[in-house]
Amino acid sequence: MAVKTRRYSARDVTILVIGLGVAIVVNVGLIWGPTLASVGLSGTDWNGIGPIEWIGGQNYADLADEYPPFWSAVRNNLLWLGFLGLIATPFGLFCAVLLDRRLRLSRVYQSALYMPVVLSLAVVGFIAQLVYSSDYGVLNAVSGLTVDWLGDRSINIWVVMVAAGWRHVGYVMIIYLAGLKAVDPALKEAAAIDGASESQTFFRVVFPTLRPINVIVLVITVIEALRAFDIVYAINRGRNGLELLSVLVTENIVGEASRIGFGSAIAVILLAISLGFIVTYLSQLFREER
Amino acid sequence: MTLTAPVPARTSQQPAASPRRPVRPLRVLLHVFLAMVALGWLMPLALAVYASLRPYDETARLGYLSLPEHLTLDYYGEAWSQAELPRYYLNTLVIVVPGVLITLMLASFTAFAIARLRIPGRKTLLIVFTAGNLLPPQVLLTPLYTLYTMVPLPAWLSDSQALYDSYLGLILIHVAFQFGFCVFVIANFMRTIPEEINEAALVDGASVWRRYWQLTLPLCRPVLAALSTLQFTWMYNDFLWALVLMSSGDKLPVTSALNNLRGQFFTDYNLLAAGSVLVALPTLIVFQLLHKQFVAGLTLGSTKG
Repeated sequence: MAVKTRRYSARDVTILVIGLGVAIVVNVGLIWGPTLASVGLSGTDWNGIGPIEWIGGQNYADLADEYPPFWSAVRNNLLWLGFLGLIATPFGLFCAVLLDRRLRLSRVYQSALYMPVVLSLAVVGFIAQLVYSSDYGVLNAVSGLTVDWLGDRSINIWVVMVAAGWRHVGYVMIIYLAGLKAVDPALKEAAAIDGASESQTFFRVVFPTLRPINVIVLVITVIEALRAFDIVYAINRGRNGLELLSVLVTENIVGEASRIGFGSAIAVILLAISLGFIVTYLSQLFREER
Repeated sequence: MTLTAPVPARTSQQPAASPRRPVRPLRVLLHVFLAMVALGWLMPLALAVYASLRPYDETARLGYLSLPEHLTLDYYGEAWSQAELPRYYLNTLVIVVPGVLITLMLASFTAFAIARLRIPGRKTLLIVFTAGNLLPPQVLLTPLYTLYTMVPLPAWLSDSQALYDSYLGLILIHVAFQFGFCVFVIANFMRTIPEEINEAALVDGASVWRRYWQLTLPLCRPVLAALSTLQFTWMYNDFLWALVLMSSGDKLPVTSALNNLRGQFFTDYNLLAAGSVLVALPTLIVFQLLHKQFVAGLTLGSTKG
């Protein structure tokens, strides 16, 4: 194996340097560089044009004390995470378990469940308006209520999460279904011969073998919850009860006032939360390798 | 560590069912439940199609959940011509096609170098690339926006004369953001290809490029097909990058342009529904045609045998 290292011709080296060089420059220049810059800028009061002045943790203090949308965004992001993690994800797993058997029409059910996955979240946001519209939406027509589902700031986040969950369930189901298919059928047979019931087989035998998949699904769920943006932006630009951290970052640059430093501070909070999960995920992924 | 190819989807199901005697009532219940869930899942989209076929005053009077008095395709015509959807489809194409191609080219070469050549620091590279793909875009949005406004481009490349508000800028960020995921998936796939092929070529004195382009890449067709399907869908569905990094309304991709159908003071939701259906159509078609590749792409990144 070690012999190979010396086999590269000058041309080989040139090609490698160019190929990998472009990859690294693009990745560092557009992803990691800006990420680090966010951290740096979050300590300044830069507005995009004037001089950059270092103000330390002032932005973070302002966020916590003088910027009411911040706390409602934190609350909404947590709700979002809780909803996806405790309701949508388990339901996706449940559907995957039900579909992981020889069933007529299984393919039809699967297609229906994961069709929303290919839709853009912006489109999901528009479709949600047809369902939830207070005047002639379907939900009010069916239930006989006259609730302003999207306008009432105490409930709109919930119905939007249902729309986001609509898409998330299919995503989770595909991943679990692939994981379940990879489980050795002999395991299940052995459990059945030992007299285990179907739920015992699942919880004691199958589910533990799904550990790697569980970690991946957990991370996908967290990342999706932190990234949530398009759907609320399509509905009402993420205002009036639909604040999310991602929306606040965007609002501080595309909005009227360009507050680069302030927006960056919100971004850094997002970064800190996501990095924890990214590290967990990667250590799971790369564990078996040397 | 090997990535199992997405093929064994059906074969593994057989043994589980055969030894047990089927419990009929439970089976029926299962079907009823799944059918209801499936219907519930299809309902919103069906509703959007239904709403798009009915005139505004009718749904305003009767609500969306009512029997139709008139069905018309007018809204599709309106969305198509008045909202200039063809132009936005074209914009999307200008962004997505080079985006997918460049991402896959760059990612497959990087994956080849990482998986097949013993370059130093390959594992660190893979980790850094993969982690980059997992960041929420908003984390890097602010400096990226500033960077884009500061990088000048010649006028023939972009009429804004900056990376900001240019197609090139959008293509670049898509490439950079999706690159990590693709490298990860392709590198895993390449590890499943027997090393002997590569070694034989090495003995014959084949260059790095030849081993990548002529030997390894053709064997990667399944994973490249899966990833291009998936990447097409993701880049097509992008809303955020275009929203932040584009300012000219006429250069927006089709997903973001959907917002144009919303009036300043009054929104005709039936028109918006027609627009949504039109915007969703390409990905739904891709999904129907390349359904296997799509699912393979989603699961390739997550399942490790």
